[in-house]
Amino acid sequence: MNASTAGGIDCDLHPAVPGIAALIPYLDPQWADAVAQRGVHDLEPTSYPLRAPLTSRPDWRIAGAKAGSSREQLCAQALDGFGSRTGILNCLYAVTTLFSEDMAAAFARALNDWLATEWLDKDVRLRASIVVPIQSPELAAAEIERRAADRRFVQVLLPCLADQPLGRRSLWPIYEAAARHGLPVGIHAGSTYRHPVTPVGWPSYFTEDYVNQAQGFQTQLTSLVCEGVFSKFPTLKVVLIESGFTWLPAYLWRLHKYWRGLRMEIPWVDRPPPEIIREQVRFTLQPVDAPVEGDALLRILDHVGSDELLLFSTDYPHWQFDGQDALPPLLPDSLKTKILIDNPLATYPRLKEDFA
Amino acid sequence: MNVELPTRPKPDSSIVRPIIADCDIHPCLAKPADILPYLPKRWQEHAMTYGMLPRHGYQSGPAYPKGQPDAARLDSWPPDGRPGSDLSFMQAQHLDANKVELGIMTVIAPAAGAAQNLDYSAALARALNEWQVAEWTNKDERLKASIVVPYEDGAAAAAEIDHWAGHEAFVQVLLLSRTAEPLGQRRYWPIYEAAQRAKLPIGMHAFGYGGYPVTAGGWPSYYIEEMVGHSQCCQALLTSMVIEGVFERYPGTRMVLIEAGLAWLPSLSWRLDKHWSRLRSETPHLRRAPSEYIRDHVWLTTQPMEEPEKRKHFHDIVEWIGIDRLLFATDYPHWDFDDPLWAVPVKLDDAARRALFLDNAKALYGRS
Amino acid sequence: MPKYVIGPAADLPPGQRLIAEVAGRKVVIFNLGGEFFGLFNRCPHQGGDLCMGRTTGLVEAGPEPGQYSYSRRGEILRCPWHGWEFDIRTGKSRAEPDRIRTKRYEVEVRPGKDLFDGPYQAESVPVIIEKDYLVVEA
Repeated sequence: MNASTAGGIDCDLHPAVPGIAALIPYLDPQWADAVAQRGVHDLEPTSYPLRAPLTSRPDWRIAGAKAGSSREQLCAQALDGFGSRTGILNCLYAVTTLFSEDMAAAFARALNDWLATEWLDKDVRLRASIVVPIQSPELAAAEIERRAADRRFVQVLLPCLADQPLGRRSLWPIYEAAARHGLPVGIHAGSTYRHPVTPVGWPSYFTEDYVNQAQGFQTQLTSLVCEGVFSKFPTLKVVLIESGFTWLPAYLWRLHKYWRGLRMEIPWVDRPPPEIIREQVRFTLQPVDAPVEGDALLRILDHVGSDELLLFSTDYPHWQFDGQDALPPLLPDSLKTKILIDNPLATYPRLKEDFA
Repeated sequence: MNVELPTRPKPDSSIVRPIIADCDIHPCLAKPADILPYLPKRWQEHAMTYGMLPRHGYQSGPAYPKGQPDAARLDSWPPDGRPGSDLSFMQAQHLDANKVELGIMTVIAPAAGAAQNLDYSAALARALNEWQVAEWTNKDERLKASIVVPYEDGAAAAAEIDHWAGHEAFVQVLLLSRTAEPLGQRRYWPIYEAAQRAKLPIGMHAFGYGGYPVTAGGWPSYYIEEMVGHSQCCQALLTSMVIEGVFERYPGTRMVLIEAGLAWLPSLSWRLDKHWSRLRSETPHLRRAPSEYIRDHVWLTTQPMEEPEKRKHFHDIVEWIGIDRLLFATDYPHWDFDDPLWAVPVKLDDAARRALFLDNAKALYGRS
Repeated sequence: MPKYVIGPAADLPPGQRLIAEVAGRKVVIFNLGGEFFGLFNRCPHQGGDLCMGRTTGLVEAGPEPGQYSYSRRGEILRCPWHGWEFDIRTGKSRAEPDRIRTKRYEVEVRPGKDLFDGPYQAESVPVIIEKDYLVVEA
C-alpha cells in the first residue's frame, strides 16, 4: 500500500533544457550568435550522465529527448501522478560550471527567462529556483534582484560543490540578496568539478561521485555554520536538495563535539550548531538513504530530533524509488503531513502566499 | 601546607580502570634529527637539506593551526621533546595509568608517505620502522607497530611490507586517508596484495597530504572545519575501497579506519547500498552489496567518539555497526583524546565492553 | 560546612594558580588580580586535569563574523585536553553555560587570628596570627 502524497508540494523537480538551441531566443544577440559561431556545447553536467539509470526512471524517459525536457510530461507524471498541488523546478543546466563569469551571468539570465516563459507561464502549479552565476557573487546578486519581483521564483539555487566552500564571505552578496527578498537558498547535489569530486581525489566510478555528494553536503553545511552565515543572516533558510538526510545525526554529533572545544576559533557561532541547523536548514526527502525494510529510518528520524526538517520531493525524473513509493510508508501520518505540506509552506514564504 | 603547584599529574588511584587495548597511539620523534641515525647517509643529507616537501604550503607546521600546540594534550609534554616522544613518560601517564595491555602505534609525523620524492619516501619509511622497533617495541612489549610505507609508490610499499612481514613487532600496515588518489584505486593495489600475503590488517589513519582541499568544494577557512572534514574524507575513502572492488579482489583484506569516528558508518552503508543497486551496471566486478563488504572487511577505531545529544542513541549506532567491528582507541597524546573511563556515552554490558575495549583488538591483531 | 585552610594568601600571587586537596577532592585556585576563585579540578567532559590548562581571555564575536572581541585576559581556563573553556569566576563553560560547568568553590581570605575558632580545618597548615590565609568551603 503506497502512502498517499495527495496535496503535497514537490520541492525538487528537474526540467531539462532540450538542447542549447532552446536558449538562443533568450540570450542577448551577441551570445546567441556566439553559440553557433563558437560551437558552444550543450551544458549538461557531468553529475548526471544522461543515460545513467539514476538520471531517469525508465517510465519517465522520453524517446529521442532528454528526460524532464517535456513540460507536459513533467506536469502529468510528477504533479498529477503524485497529486502534488505545486512543484519547484530546479534546473541543473551547468551554467555554474562555466569559467567565464560573464558568460555564466548571460546564460543564467537566459535560463531563468526560459524557465519563466516555457514552464511557469504555462502551468500555474509550477514554481522555480533562480539559477545564478555563482562564479561572480555580485553578478549572482544582480540576477536575484532582477528575478525577485516575479514571485513564482521561490528560491535561489546553488550547486553543492563549487570552487570554494559555500560559507565563505565572498559569497555573502548572494545570501544577502536572498535573505532580503525572503528567498531560501537551495543547494543542490552536483559539482562544478573545480576540485576532485571526492575530498580524497578523483574517483573512477560515477557511483562514487554520486554517493560522495552526501559528504559534499556535510562539508558545505560545516562551512555555512562555521563561517557564520546563519549568524549574519538569521532569517535565511538553506535547503539541501537531493542531499540525503540520514547522515545528519552523526554529523551533528561530531560538529557539536568539536565546536565545544574550538568555539573560540568561530565565536560568532554562539549556539550549539545542531540548534542552528534545526532552525535554519531543511532537507528535501529524496533520496531516502535507509533500508526499505525495518525500523532504521524511524530510529534515524528520532536521532534527527525534529519533525520540521524534511520537505517532500520526488526528484523527478531521477530514479530514487519505484511506482508511487515517494513517501516511506512507515512514517507516522502526522509526520507525512508535515513533510508533504507544512514544512514546505514554512520554508518557502512565497508558496505560503499562494495558499493563504 | 596541603598544596602543590601543578606539575606532572598523578593518576587518581581511587578509580579502578579496566585493562584495555588502545588502537591508536602516536609515538613521535623528540626532535626531527632523531631519525637521522636510521637513514642512510645519502638520505641524511637530503633530509637536512631539502626535507619532506609534501603537498603543503609550509616547511613546518600543519595546514591549519591546531586547537592545542602540536595537537597534543597540554599535560602530555615530557620534560624534553614533543608529546609522544618519551617512552617512560608515556608509560607513566598513559600505558600504566590507563592499563593498556596492547597499544597499537601509528606513526603519522613525519608522514613518510607524504614525501613527494618517492625514493626519500621509501628511505624514510624504512627508517621509521627501524626506529619503532629499536626505541619502542623492543623496550615495551605492550606496544606493537604499524608498518610505515611509501604508499604513493605501490611497488615500493609492497616491498616494505614484505620486508617486515612475520616480524613480531608489526601487526598492521599504515596508510593515511588523504592520498594522491582515492585509496581504492589500482595504484595502491600492490599494497593490498602484499598485506593480504602477509596476513596483516591495513590501518588507514585520518590525515595526509594528497594535495587536494579537505573538502570537494574547496579549502575551508577554519581548523574546526578540517577536523570535522576528516569524517567526510574517510567516508570517501571507504566508498572508494568498496566501489573499486578491493575487497572482492583481495578477499583477505582487513581494513581499519583509524581516527575517523564511527557514527557515520550506518548511513554511509545504506547510501552505498541504495545507489550501488541503482547503478549496478557500472560495477559488474562487485558481487555483493557494499554493506556486506563493509561488514566483513572493515573495522573502526572509536576515537574521536561522537557525542550524541541523547546518549541512548549511541546504542543504535553500535547495533547497526556491530560491536565486533569496534576497536577502542585514545589517540594519545592528541588533544581530542578519548579517556577510556569517560568516552563511551552509554553503559555497555560486560561482553560488549570487553569486546570493544580489548578482545576485538586482540583478535584482529593476533594477540589473543 | 567545614572550611579548609589552604595556605598563606601571599603564596598565590596574581595570575598564578595552585592545587589544593579539599575534602578529598582536588581544587584548583586562581588569583585574578587579587581575587581568589576555586574550581573543581576535574573537567566535566572526560576528566582532564583543569589545573594543567592554559588561561586565556574571553573570545567573543565582534560586530561581524570574522571579527573578534577579546577581553578578560587570563580569566578563562581551557581544559588541557579538548579545550573546553571555563569562566574562572563562575565555573560555567563558555560554549554552553547553562548546561556545562565545573563546580565552583568559594575562596575567602581570612586573617590568621580568625581561624582558631569555628569550622576551620588546617591539618598541616601552621597558622600564624599576623598572616592572611586562603580558606575554601567544601
